[in-house]
Amino acid sequence: MARARRRPGPDDGGVGAGQVVVEVRGLVVVRGGRRVLDGLDLDLGPGVTGLLGPSGCGKTTLLRALVGVQRVVGGTVRVDGHDAGSRMLRDRIGYVTQSASVYDDLTVAENVRFFARVLGLGDDDVDSVVGRVDLEALRDRVVSRLSGGERSRASLAVALLGAPDLLVLDEPTVGLDPVLRRELWGLFHRLADAGATVVVSSHVMDEAERCDRLLLMRDGEILADGSPDEVKRSVGAATVEAAFLSLVEGRRP
Amino acid sequence: MTPRILAAVAVRVLTQLRRDRRTLVMLLVVPCLLITLTWWMFLDTADGSGDVFDRIGPGLLAIFPFTVMFLVTSVTTLRERSSGTLERLLALPTGKLDFLLGYAVAFGLVAAVQAALAVGVSVELLDLQVVGPLWLLGVVAVADAVLGTALGLFVSAFARTEFQAVQFMPVVVVPQILLCGLIVPRDDLPAALGAVSDVLPLSYATDAMQHLTLTSATAQVWQDVAVVLAYAGAGLALGAVTLRRRTA
Ligand SMILES: Nc1ncnc2c1ncn2[C@@H]1O[C@H](COP(=O)(O)OP(=O)(O)OP(=O)(O)O)[C@@H](O)[C@H]1O
Ligand SMILES: [Mg+2]
Repeated sequence: MARARRRPGPDDGGVGAGQVVVEVRGLVVVRGGRRVLDGLDLDLGPGVTGLLGPSGCGKTTLLRALVGVQRVVGGTVRVDGHDAGSRMLRDRIGYVTQSASVYDDLTVAENVRFFARVLGLGDDDVDSVVGRVDLEALRDRVVSRLSGGERSRASLAVALLGAPDLLVLDEPTVGLDPVLRRELWGLFHRLADAGATVVVSSHVMDEAERCDRLLLMRDGEILADGSPDEVKRSVGAATVEAAFLSLVEGRRP
Repeated sequence: MTPRILAAVAVRVLTQLRRDRRTLVMLLVVPCLLITLTWWMFLDTADGSGDVFDRIGPGLLAIFPFTVMFLVTSVTTLRERSSGTLERLLALPTGKLDFLLGYAVAFGLVAAVQAALAVGVSVELLDLQVVGPLWLLGVVAVADAVLGTALGLFVSAFARTEFQAVQFMPVVVVPQILLCGLIVPRDDLPAALGAVSDVLPLSYATDAMQHLTLTSATAQVWQDVAVVLAYAGAGLALGAVTLRRRTA
């Protein structure tokens, strides 16, 4: 069983300026009368961490707790030493909700510009993030007339504003073709190389192979934690998908 | 509160409105048409002339900004809650007041334009008699619209769907319209209903409008405006309480 928690990142080296570590201790979240997370402990640091698990296992709930928008019953979530969601953190966190949270009746550029104003950023930053998600050609199109994948990229563009130190992405690549997915994962790694802590939830197993660190979750518990290779080795599986199936189904009564 | 963010919210709300032609027409043109319709209805009634319209017109000028802003705000903010944009905004440095006052400022500006049009039509075309200063009618209308916005922001917290949000109309707005003095003058209401009317904010907006048509003394009008704004402030405060950064 690969439950040993490890410090993330290539090394345990010192955390430099702009880098954040996340500390989750004894997190308890009740949703709809059920304990979705029941005493979860987790440390996150720079690098790309993937969060995988079956639907309803609590991925979104955990990510919302990291951002500080989830009501919690117990435990603590500290980001860079501050309570998640506290004022000092709010302009350092980029968050992509599971369904694209942009205004349908505004254009891509208007959406990004609005959130840029909220963060006190200028038009240069707007152009830069629109370019990063490859939406330049559609920047003046109203969001309601975009495809699902284009819309989720618009939402991602907003999260990239201001080069956040912590990027929390809830299934940001749903509905995207393999080429775009590869490009975006390249982007996530470039952001992580620049020092950001990137947490990405996903259902797509081949994306799991691209993470620096992989968390497999079931019923609000982290079943496996390590590099993709470590996770595969720990259960003697050839692929992450096989490891996922054996972990998720193996412990079912 | 951060003025930069408040302004960003207001500008964004106005941009959304500009894109939504139909809502814009509803906000600006429909009140004028309905006021004209009312004027026409009473044109051939027993006491002939525009007497009835002179009594009802001021009430209409108070009702439209309030009702329309209530509707539009409750639906737009509900949409903002359910689409996740509110969650995203509150995860950013947005203060609750930035959000609420941004909406109030945007709809207040729209209300100023709406009031200018409605007052223009009523006074110039339909010959509504107004003794007090016309610009003060506009001030009352804007206060009244901000009240509608504040209450709309507040009730949207209790609705899960746009359909539910619209259902607050008959609960929150219609009783105020019935009791504000438009149909039966407030002094002629049964005592119990008069007491209820006295605690409903729309009554004060209607009173203010009626004062302006009858006398040029403005002290009473400002007092009524103050009451309307106090209710709007209370509505926004309640809205701030129901606006949660952390949700279940
Ligand atoms: N708004 C809500 N109210 C009540 N219960 C909820 C709510 N949202 C989620 N839940 C419940 O909380 C549990 C965890 O949900 P969560 O959204 O975290 O799952 P997830 O792992 O993100 O799933 P998916 O992969 O389908 O997005 C589920 O059992 C779900 O039914
Ligand atoms: Mg989810």
